[in-house]
Amino acid sequence: MSAAAPIAALGRATLGMLAAVGRIALFAGAVVSHIFRPPFYPRELLTALIQIGWLSLPVVGLTAIFTGGALALQIYAGGARFSAEAVVPSIVAIGMTRELGPVLGGLMVAARVASSIAAEIGTMKVTEQIDALVTLSTNPLKYLAVPRVLAATLAVPILVAVGDSIGIAGGWLVGVNRLDFNSATYIKNTIDFLEVWDVGSGLVKGAAFGFIVALMGCYHGMNSGRGAQGVGRATKSAVVAASVLILAANYLLTEVFFTS
Amino acid sequence: MIELSGVTKSFGPNQVLRGIDLRVESNSSMVIIGGSGTGKSVLLKCILGLVHPDKGQILLNDEDVTRAERDAFLARFGMLFQGAALFDSLHVWENVAFRLLRGAQKRPKAEAREIAIEKLRRVGLGPQVADLYPAELSGGMQKRVGLARAIAVDPEIIFFDEPTTGLDPIMAGVINDLIREIVTEMGATAMTITHDMTSVRAIADNVAMLHRGKIRWTGPVSELDTTPDPYVQQFIHGRAEGPIEALR
Repeated sequence: MSAAAPIAALGRATLGMLAAVGRIALFAGAVVSHIFRPPFYPRELLTALIQIGWLSLPVVGLTAIFTGGALALQIYAGGARFSAEAVVPSIVAIGMTRELGPVLGGLMVAARVASSIAAEIGTMKVTEQIDALVTLSTNPLKYLAVPRVLAATLAVPILVAVGDSIGIAGGWLVGVNRLDFNSATYIKNTIDFLEVWDVGSGLVKGAAFGFIVALMGCYHGMNSGRGAQGVGRATKSAVVAASVLILAANYLLTEVFFTS
Repeated sequence: MIELSGVTKSFGPNQVLRGIDLRVESNSSMVIIGGSGTGKSVLLKCILGLVHPDKGQILLNDEDVTRAERDAFLARFGMLFQGAALFDSLHVWENVAFRLLRGAQKRPKAEAREIAIEKLRRVGLGPQVADLYPAELSGGMQKRVGLARAIAVDPEIIFFDEPTTGLDPIMAGVINDLIREIVTEMGATAMTITHDMTSVRAIADNVAMLHRGKIRWTGPVSELDTTPDPYVQQFIHGRAEGPIEALR
């Protein structure tokens, strides 16, 4: 093996990664452009809204309530070190709406939805259903990807809003029942310190994360390899890529929203 | 008429089609035979535009298929896939009426359902099947639904990809008879790829044998048994010894 081999391997990996980024960017561009061009598939959009939004409510709700409760306990314990226990309601509210609601909601939706989209579309590819769509004069990107991406972009902010509310309620439950906060005071402190942009920024993040989740599911599904192994690999790649991109996008959006 | 000249296609280093020249007359049934991996499915997919050939020309009624308006071009085709390729999330009737529920050939839902049920009847399935999902059907029934979908809008050209693979001999016979009847009745041009010699004799007007990415032999089905071509003779008699084996 020559001394340059590791550098060549690194170069190949870098070029491969850049090519993948380019392919995903082109795919995203094609999906977005098709959102505004007929034909439209309202039934597929409605089905995707139910699958992605409605059926994700339990998992997002459960994640939020436990996270809100744990956050209240942590902030109380930390705040006690410098006699700042009173900040629990406001920090729980800000933490849930700005960060934990959208990020955890996005990650839970990534686990549930990106995997199922990639597996479904990947299976359609290996069983020639995608080819069948083309022969039936239907653009697979438009019929399969556009409704799912649009539905996730619309539904995840709503899931985030529900998750925020349930998370704050989780904090309130723990605050009142375990930490002896007065219920009315807790609620008043939550409302008084919460700003519209705290909630709004989380919802914008939710829309971005929803877009990422469905895009990764569709991209990896449509580029799935052959057989069960190919579909399995596509599913895994979709979840990993969606999760990493959500965390990266969260950092970027936080920089844009809160550092100016 | 479908006319292919010098069509080549490679996937990486694997040259699948090495210059296909083939002519399929209108209102006739052409069956392509050949061993596994000789490029039969790729050939059909090239004509449909699902796979883009590297070189060569494909004409449909003297019009280059790569320049044809895509939707109008595809509207002239029906295709039965090897595994039927039915959409799992849709009812059987919605699969059959897929083209009738959206796009340029859209009809009112009730009319589309009525046509779907009529096409299901045409392939020997009763209306009780219409509201089932594909997963609730046997392999043979799925193939018949796929056939009903392929003929739903009375296309001029129908492709059949291994129509009897995986079916028992009786069901294979039923599918062969249906294909022959439908092609004759509709006056359609049919292209079928298969390994099944019973299907070949039941469906074909003309036969072409594909070997190593080229058309090895083509002629009327009546000459299939009498041709001296050793490749054809080995293939149709399923002999282990012969030039095909020697080349593998």
